[in-house]
Amino acid sequence: MNHLDRLEAQSVYILREAFNRIEKLAMLWSLGKDSNVMVWLAKKAFFGHVPFPVMHIDTEKKFPEMYAFRDRYAQEWNLSLIADKCPPVEEVDQTLPPAARSAARKTLGLRNAIERYGFNGIIAGIRRDEEAVRSKERVFSPRGESGQWDFRDQPPEFWDYFNTDLPPGTHLRVHPLLHWTEMDIWRYIAREKIPMVELYFARNGKRYRSLGDQDITFPIDSKASTIEEIIIELEQTRAPERAGRAMDRETEDAFERLRAAGYM
Amino acid sequence: MSTERELMRVVIVGHVDHGKSTLVGRLFHDTGSLADGKLEQIKGMCERRGMPFEWAFLMDAFQSERDQGITIDTAQIWFKTPKRDYTIIDAPGHREFIKNMITGAASAEAAIMLIDASQGVQQQSRTHAFLLNLLGIRQIIVVVNKMDLAGCDERTFAAIKAEYVRYLDEIGIVPNFVIPAVARDGDNLVHRSERMGWYQDGTLISALDSFQSQGELRALPLRLPIQDVYKFDDRRILAGRIVSGRLKVGDRLLFSPSNKVARVKTIEAWNAEPPLEAEPGQSIGIITDEQIFIERGEIASHEKAAPIETNVFHGRLFWLGRKPLTRGDTYRLRMLSRDVQVTVERIEAIYDPDSLSQRPAETVERNEIADVVLRSYALLALDEADDNPQTGRFVLSDGANIVAGGTISMRDYPDQRKLVTVRSTNITAVAHRITNTQRVSRNGHKGGVLWFTGLSGAGKSTIAMAVEQELFRRGYQTYVLDGDNVRRGLNSNLSFSPEDRAENIRRVGEVAALFADSGQIVVTAFISPYRSDRRRARAAAKDGFHEIYIKASLETCEKRDPKGLYRRARSGEIAEFTGVTAPYETPDAPELTIDTDRLSVEESVAAVLDYVDRKFRKHS
Repeated sequence: MNHLDRLEAQSVYILREAFNRIEKLAMLWSLGKDSNVMVWLAKKAFFGHVPFPVMHIDTEKKFPEMYAFRDRYAQEWNLSLIADKCPPVEEVDQTLPPAARSAARKTLGLRNAIERYGFNGIIAGIRRDEEAVRSKERVFSPRGESGQWDFRDQPPEFWDYFNTDLPPGTHLRVHPLLHWTEMDIWRYIAREKIPMVELYFARNGKRYRSLGDQDITFPIDSKASTIEEIIIELEQTRAPERAGRAMDRETEDAFERLRAAGYM
Repeated sequence: MSTERELMRVVIVGHVDHGKSTLVGRLFHDTGSLADGKLEQIKGMCERRGMPFEWAFLMDAFQSERDQGITIDTAQIWFKTPKRDYTIIDAPGHREFIKNMITGAASAEAAIMLIDASQGVQQQSRTHAFLLNLLGIRQIIVVVNKMDLAGCDERTFAAIKAEYVRYLDEIGIVPNFVIPAVARDGDNLVHRSERMGWYQDGTLISALDSFQSQGELRALPLRLPIQDVYKFDDRRILAGRIVSGRLKVGDRLLFSPSNKVARVKTIEAWNAEPPLEAEPGQSIGIITDEQIFIERGEIASHEKAAPIETNVFHGRLFWLGRKPLTRGDTYRLRMLSRDVQVTVERIEAIYDPDSLSQRPAETVERNEIADVVLRSYALLALDEADDNPQTGRFVLSDGANIVAGGTISMRDYPDQRKLVTVRSTNITAVAHRITNTQRVSRNGHKGGVLWFTGLSGAGKSTIAMAVEQELFRRGYQTYVLDGDNVRRGLNSNLSFSPEDRAENIRRVGEVAALFADSGQIVVTAFISPYRSDRRRARAAAKDGFHEIYIKASLETCEKRDPKGLYRRARSGEIAEFTGVTAPYETPDAPELTIDTDRLSVEESVAAVLDYVDRKFRKHS
C-alpha cells in the first residue's frame, strides 16, 4: 500500500467503526475539498452508499458556486441531504471578534440541528495539520451537553480503539480525516478524480485555498488552475492554508475559544 | 505529479523539562519544515509577553499551556527529510498525563527518548522505556540533551549512556542510537556538532532515516477481524480491516470463535477494480460463497494457521482508570472488533518499572503496570503478543472510557479450540458407549425429527402439541421444539433479519438432531420458509429426518390469523412476513403432507400418528 492507500484505509476503518457503534449519525458537508473527500470515502467504506444523512449547516453566505455544487452532487451522489439554515448573528456570543462571531453562527446552527434530529454522532472533516488547536484532537471526541470540548481531559485513544460509548445528553465528534494533510487531500482528489467547486482553481490570478463564508474568506494570488498545478503550488508554498480565513487570527485564542464552544 | 512519499510516525518521550518541545521546534526549523511567518509569529508572541524566545512555543500552541509552561496533550505535527516525511508525536512527560503519552506513543513506529545530560536518567526515563516496550515499539533513539550544561564532555555522556543502556537491556530494549545533543542550538540534530567532535556516529536525522517502515505483518498468518456486515443492496458484504497476513479470492476462511468456514468469492470495491488479494492495513469487504451467519467480532483466518481459542489468558496491562483495578471486578474487554465481559480472576504482580521489581497486590492503581489473569464467559479468538502484535493485545473499558491496554500471554493455559466440538473443523466426534440399537431396544422405537414446515396459521403448533401429547400417552419418548420457546432461551440473541432467521433454524436443526440421536422423537414447529435451511436441518439429522408439510392456503391462514400477525403485516407494522412480504418455498418432496384446508385438527393429528406408528416402531 502506498501513502494514499494507507490514509484511505484508515479513514474507511474510522467511518465503519462510527457507523457500527453510533446509533444516530450524520456527516457534516461544508462543500469544501475536505468534506467532499469525506463523502467520497464514505462511498468507499459502504460500497457506493452513504448510509447516514449528510448535513450542510447553511449560513446563507456561501458562494453561489457552492450552492450549485451542493444541489448537483447531493443528487448525483444519492445523498440524504439536510440543509438547515443558521440562526441570525445576533444570537451568538457578542464578546467574540466579528469574523469569529460569524463562524460561531455555524456552531449554533449545528447545535440546533443535533437537537432537532437527535444525532449522537457527527462526522466532521477536520485535519490535524490545519490549525494548532485541531492538532490536539482525538478521532472519536466526546462533546458535552451543549457541544463543548474539554481538551484538558480527553479520554485515552490508542491502537485504533476508539471511545464509542457516551453518557446520555452528550454526542461524539468523529474525525476520519484527522491524519490527512492538505497535500494528501489534493493528491487524493487527483487520483480519484473527485469533483470540486471551481473556486479552488485560479481565475484572473486569484484562487481560494480554503472556502468559508463569502464575507470572511479571501482568495490568494495564484496561477494554479488545475489540480496538478495546485499540488505543485503547495509543494512550493510555505504560507499556511487558513491564511485567507479571518477568524483564525483576530486574537491569539479566538480559534481555540470557537473550538471549545463546539466549532468544527 | 511528484511520487508519493513514505510517512513514519515518531514519538518523543522523556522526563518533563528535558527539552522535548525545544528539540521538536529546532528540528522543524533546521529541516526547513516551518511555514512562512510561523517563526515570526512565535517571536512576536514572546515579545508581547516580555519573555525570551522559546522553541517550545511552536508545539505548545494552547493558551493554557503557554501560561503554565507545560504541554498538556499529545500533539502531532510534520517535518520532512529528503528520504521521507515524519509525523512527530509529542508525548507529555508529566506523570499524571501518562494516558496521553500512551495515546500518542501507541501508534508510533519509532521512538526518540530524551535525557537531560545535567540530570541523568530519571524515573520517567525508565517508566517511558518500559511503556514503549509494552506498546511494542522496537526502533529507538536515545538523545542525551543539554550536553552544553555538562561541558559537552565525552566522559559524562559515556557514563549516562552506560547507565541507561544497562537498564534498557534489562527490559529487553537495545537502542539503535545514543546521540549527544544540544537541542536549543541544533547540535547533532540535522547538523553535526562542532563542539562535540568526539562523537562520530549519526545525527538524529540520519538515525531516523535509517529506520524501516514496518512490513513484517505481511509475513504473519492472516487475521481479518469482522467489523460489520452490510446489506445496503443485494450484496451481503463482510467488512473489516486485515491486521496481518494476506487474503486472496478463492481462499477458504475459518471464522473464529464460531468456527464456520466459507470461501472468498469476491473482494468488493467502489470506483476501483475489485482486487484479487489484500494485505495488512487494507479496509476491505468480501462476499463469501456460502451464506453463513457471521457477526462483528469474529476473526477470519486460514484453516491451517488459526488463532487460539480460550476464555482465560494472562495480560500485562497499564492501568489508566481513576478507580483502581480490583480482583473480581468486571470490565469490557475489546480485542479488535470483539467486545465481551471479562472478570479479573487474579492480580499476579505489580511491576515497578523504575527498579524492575515485582510485588503482590490486591488492587492496581492508576498508571501502574500489572500482570493479571482475565476470564470471560464467551470463547475468545486471540494470539500471543509474541506471535502477533495485533491480535495479541487488548484494551479494557469501564463505562464509556478505555481504562487499560495490555498484551496477551497464554503461559500454562491450553488452546481450547480442540475442546470445542464443531462440525466445520477437523474434530473427531467422541463415540458414545451406548449404541443406537441399545436405545431403540430400551425405548421400543427409533429416534428422529418430525420437521413441520408451513405458513404461519397453517396449524403447525396446534398439531405438534397434540401429536406430542398422544405420542407420550402411547409410550413414545417425545418433545416439541417450538419457535417462541426456543427464541426465549437458546436463540435469544437472534433478531428477525434474514441471516438471524437462518441461524435460528440452523440451531434448531442441530438441537433436534441431538434429541433424535438420544432416541427421542422430536417435533419442530417452525415456518422454516427456505429450502436451503431445511436441507441443512436434514443433513444434521440424516436418516432420522422427516419433513412434514403442514399445508394451507394463504387465504385460509389469513382468515385464521391466530396471533393477529397477518393483519399487522398487511398494515405494514411487521416489515418482513412470510407469505405476505417474504417468500415461502414449498417443499419439493416432503415425507408427508397434511392439508389442513381439508382435514380437521383431529384428522391431521391422526395422520401424523399413523405415520409415526409406521416409521418409528422398533420392528418397522
